[in-house]
Amino acid sequence: MTIAEAHAPNVEDVLDASAPQRRPSTGARLFHAYGQLIAIGVLAVVLLVWAPSSLSAFRLGTLGKYCAFALAAMGIGLAWGRGGMLVMGQGVFFGLGGYAMAMHMKLEAAGPGQVPDFMVLYGDGTMPRWWEPFRSAPFTLFAIVALPALVSFILGYAILKRRVKGAYFAILTQALAVAFSTLLIATIKQTGGFNGLNTFTTVFGHNLYDPEVKKNLYRVAAGLVIVLLVILWQLYRSRYGELLLATRDAEERIRFLGFDPASIKLVAFVFAAVSASVGGAIFVPLAGIISPSDVDASASILLIAGVALGGRSSLLGTVIGAIAVGYGRSALSERFPTQWTYFQGALFIVVILLLPSGVASTGSMFGSLVSRVRTLLPRRTVRVASSIELDHASSEVLA
Amino acid sequence: MSPQVAAETHLAIRNLTVDFDGFKAVNGVDLTLMQGRLHFLIGPNGAGKTTLVDALTGLVRSSGEAIFRGSDLLAMKSHMLVRLGVGRTFQTASVFEQLTVLQNLDIADGVHRKARGLLFARRSVSEQVERVLDTTGLAALAHRPAGVLAHGQKQWLEIGMLLVQDAKVMFLDETVAGMSGAEREHTGELLKRIVGDRTIVVIEHDMEFMRRYADFVTVMHSGTVLAEGTVAEIQADQQVQAVYLGTAMEAMAHG
Repeated sequence: MTIAEAHAPNVEDVLDASAPQRRPSTGARLFHAYGQLIAIGVLAVVLLVWAPSSLSAFRLGTLGKYCAFALAAMGIGLAWGRGGMLVMGQGVFFGLGGYAMAMHMKLEAAGPGQVPDFMVLYGDGTMPRWWEPFRSAPFTLFAIVALPALVSFILGYAILKRRVKGAYFAILTQALAVAFSTLLIATIKQTGGFNGLNTFTTVFGHNLYDPEVKKNLYRVAAGLVIVLLVILWQLYRSRYGELLLATRDAEERIRFLGFDPASIKLVAFVFAAVSASVGGAIFVPLAGIISPSDVDASASILLIAGVALGGRSSLLGTVIGAIAVGYGRSALSERFPTQWTYFQGALFIVVILLLPSGVASTGSMFGSLVSRVRTLLPRRTVRVASSIELDHASSEVLA
Repeated sequence: MSPQVAAETHLAIRNLTVDFDGFKAVNGVDLTLMQGRLHFLIGPNGAGKTTLVDALTGLVRSSGEAIFRGSDLLAMKSHMLVRLGVGRTFQTASVFEQLTVLQNLDIADGVHRKARGLLFARRSVSEQVERVLDTTGLAALAHRPAGVLAHGQKQWLEIGMLLVQDAKVMFLDETVAGMSGAEREHTGELLKRIVGDRTIVVIEHDMEFMRRYADFVTVMHSGTVLAEGTVAEIQADQQVQAVYLGTAMEAMAHG
């Protein structure tokens, strides 16, 4: 009747051919379901057992900072990799958590009833009223979670309900990071301005110069990474995870399944903001400083770079990417203090050009290459090869 | 309108107009879609068929009214329409290619679930999903990614998703376009099986398919309703033959 008829496969043939492969084998399904949990376990051993016993205090501290970046990176993985929202301004939320923590530590250093040193230095020695609640440790911890959640909910609601997406979304979020760091620099009397907040002495009553406290701070950072990994693992395999992926791939279609895509994306956006904020909060006692350069547009892009390198939709890839970029940044800046930014730019370009899904995708890329080679072989092999490809496709979905 | 017709009436469209900056793509359409029948919407390209469906599913702004279960569809957002029981497909099949057939159907089942259920992985699927896998003939492909399905199978999956949603009004936009003869037949039989108490509106260009499966036909031309009736009545209508069916009728006579 038509050309289409000649090309379309016979219905019954297709059904018959696939009948024996109705379900993946039990072993494969168990591996899909729990293989990643084992990988998280291995990472937990490396970060929480091996690293504290083998690395110098200095290296452990820097690894702790990379863990703080990894927390933000995992949020980006959720929002960008799974939700399709290129969040270019996560520095804002990293900064909200970081500054909340830094304000508390600054007030701790000043002592009860006293005012942080820089306010005396640059201002008239009076403290803005909104600093006062941060004297309380419980309030600070609450604010680290609630503040970014509230801000990202309002921003996300305004942006996503208006169906802003793609490059416009990316530019808008990046503009937020620029605005945020500009605001910080302009308010030297309230936020320490360009210098940021530094010279802390204690964190929640523990002496920051005590090696054991430093080690425990690292343990908290690494432990948070593992906890967030497990939460995301559950989120990715949940029905919400599938829904988010489906929204990323066909937003209009989701509407006709009775869901509002804006609400689905909003959840991921808020979650990403809170994880960045928690990362910022643990970064401050480890680094001993937070300043506008830690939260501005280029800091936000550095976070993205780690996610892109590791693989934005991969669970462990984002963590490993963030740690690798952090390490690369330190190692290269130690050896080539002036040129290291070029290395970083080059790396970013290479990854985007050659590995758009990140290093984590090399495994499945190799798999599809193998199956492509096999399609050149006789017919019986072809079916085996295509089922391998399918396994990869489905493992990527479940990953 | 007789009382009996009024009782059966499912979706009453009155004076629906879609105005694109002065160009009326749909102009004062009155249409009554009744349950339990396959209602074909035909007409030449640009007649306003898809625009009409877009208006009824919240994709374009329109005036007039479309009353279904006491609500005016024209005033509602797309995702709320779905929760009321109105579903649609698109000209190009838009299934989630990376998800399996089962996952696709399960997502459609989400309208019946509570929000907190989203936090957990799927342990089992509802009976409804199992039933739809059988109804659509996709059971053997349940664990395949939807992306590898043939064109026809993707369309059946879309229809399956509407079934899982339990849509009472289904708009199918050129579902059999590009399908093979066997696939068309499978689709037609599927639609006959599922129509039950639903209202199924099929936008179609394929006259042969329409002749075989239509219970009722509405012909649109330049944004207005040109004629309504059974297949025989439409084929006999002089006006329809003049403006639209001329070439198609010839093709039918030869085919």
